Amino acid sequence: MTSALAEATPERLALRHRLAERGIDRVLLLLLPGVAFVVALFLYPFLYGLGLSFQPKQGGGPFANYQRFFAEPYLRDTIWITLRLGLPAALINVLASVPIAYRMRGPVRGKRLITTILVVPITLGTVLTAEGIIQYFGPAGWFNKVLRALHLTDGAVPLIQNYWGVLFSLIISGFPFAFLLTTSYLSGIDPSLEKAASVLGAGWWQRFRHITFPLLSPGLAMTFCLTFVLAFSVFPSAILVGDPSRTTHVISIAAVHASNEQYDYSMGSTIAMIMAVVMLIVIAIVLTWRGRMYRGATGGKG
Amino acid sequence: MTENRFDHLRLDQVSRRFGGRAALEALDLSIAGGEFVALLGPSGCGKSTALNCLAGLLPLSGGSIWLDDRRIDTLPPEKRGFGMVFQNYALFPHLSVRRNVGFGLRMRRVSREETRRRVDEALRMVQLQQYADRLPGQLSGGQQQRVAIARAIVLEPPLVLMDEPLSNLDAALRLEMRTEIRRLHQSLGLTTVYVTHDQEEALSLADRLVILREGVVQQVGTPEELYRGPVNAYVAGFMGYRNLLPVQTDGGQGAVRVTAPGLAVTGTAREAVAGGPAVAAIRPEDFVVTDTGDNLISVDVEVVEYHGREQAVQGRLKGGQVIRLRSVDRLAPGDAVTVAVPADKLLVFAADADALAAAEAAAGGRSASPAAAPAGAAT
Repeated sequence: MTSALAEATPERLALRHRLAERGIDRVLLLLLPGVAFVVALFLYPFLYGLGLSFQPKQGGGPFANYQRFFAEPYLRDTIWITLRLGLPAALINVLASVPIAYRMRGPVRGKRLITTILVVPITLGTVLTAEGIIQYFGPAGWFNKVLRALHLTDGAVPLIQNYWGVLFSLIISGFPFAFLLTTSYLSGIDPSLEKAASVLGAGWWQRFRHITFPLLSPGLAMTFCLTFVLAFSVFPSAILVGDPSRTTHVISIAAVHASNEQYDYSMGSTIAMIMAVVMLIVIAIVLTWRGRMYRGATGGKG
Repeated sequence: MTENRFDHLRLDQVSRRFGGRAALEALDLSIAGGEFVALLGPSGCGKSTALNCLAGLLPLSGGSIWLDDRRIDTLPPEKRGFGMVFQNYALFPHLSVRRNVGFGLRMRRVSREETRRRVDEALRMVQLQQYADRLPGQLSGGQQQRVAIARAIVLEPPLVLMDEPLSNLDAALRLEMRTEIRRLHQSLGLTTVYVTHDQEEALSLADRLVILREGVVQQVGTPEELYRGPVNAYVAGFMGYRNLLPVQTDGGQGAVRVTAPGLAVTGTAREAVAGGPAVAAIRPEDFVVTDTGDNLISVDVEVVEYHGREQAVQGRLKGGQVIRLRSVDRLAPGDAVTVAVPADKLLVFAADADALAAAEAAAGGRSASPAAAPAGAAT
């Protein structure tokens, strides 16, 4: 390298400089593998699926699949069923992670242990979580045994093979993400802001309400979006601990049913596209709300 | 306004430990209403700890704090009603200047009109009326600092606490804000406790100085008292005695003879000094370049900086020790000169290895400016 530098003729600018004058940085070439990956594994399949959704198997116009989806209540209702699971799950995850993350932001005894315990569900995988839920919340599980022992119920409270089982599963698997994201957003807020507020006469609730929460909300909006997307695409737990043909007949089940059981790839693609649009609508609403918040630096210097 | 006045704020044996280490040890201090007190020391000396204890942001490990006959160290910060200016300003980035300044009034449920009036008044005082609706991020560092000050004084608190408020500003702005703070103190008469590591800032602002070292008070007094009569080598190092030389002495009090390789002069012992190793403290500006008189010292000039009316010179004694002086005579590197120092300007203190080390470190950190900057460890 050094010898090449020494031999370079001083009259001619280095290639790098000549490219830079045209606004080209050779380092940009490092983007190529990433771009190729995105094109091959996301963009192309997405556009292919989009095209497929306009070529219905049974014939009819290009929009025949979409018309069928919204005409059949069994299909149409999947949107509502999935939203009814995804929105509360995302909301609960965000709301539950805020107080815990808030409490854990300073030096807390056993912080690492608590964080580990809270984050472990990420590593478990949906199937193991579902297994655990069946064992624990099932009619013969501990939870119902305890309820019976306390004479709170005679039979068994149905908590699996229905809406609640899926919701529990979504909360268990989604909470660690929400918690980790909230913790990192919270750690970005300068602790001296709360100190300043307390010296100015704000009690803990006022400090949270007027200082921490407003600065945290853009982060919470992002956290909500991410956990919502995770929850909205729920599939395994809706089958394992849910009631997949009726109350937890979520939109991804409908898509898989169409493509893998009826071999109607076109309809499967249509449902996947509708699923994407619903998610985008929810995210757009949340981000519009976020756009109205303060989003600048959260450090002390403002 | 009058109900916020007090006669005495008293810190009684206040101490604070972190783990096993004492950050503040048995601090006794009485502050009169309306006084401006500066806590001065290098980073880690406990000055910020003392301020946070006063604000209620740190619980005490021992001792108590009294506002007249009311004990306040048991109150949470929000119940003390003090004003505080933070080193990084700690302005609320999502609130406008007006809402930042009005935050304390809002927490106290002051009426809307009253809040508006008082915020306007405070903004006028720091000359920021036209910026009321901006966010802090849209202001310069100096303007943010003014907002922070306005936010602290708008409540007309009995006590204003300032934690190195000028350390993030550039030199010119620092001087301007210093005058501003002094002016506000003179016009409002709010009792102020000011923490700094900058001796010039402390001397120019405060009515009284408290010099701290590793959590222990070294000396308390008016700027004049400390500047004229530091009680030990550590305080001297902070009061502009940039030459702290390890010497040998016969001991005694008053006029004592000190010697070191290449140095044999008479100095004044501020404390009773035992025979043996001691520290000689001399300010750079107390040297006179001359061939006649007593207390002559030979110096080989090494570095010369032009400072207008005078030069800042770094040289060495024949024994190799570095010496810093200021001279109105033009000197050049390589010159061998003789300088004299009056015996009453050469102070002799008991040996203090830490103070010497600190002085050496401070000098090392400022090697670019041999004798210009006042002593004081950088943060």
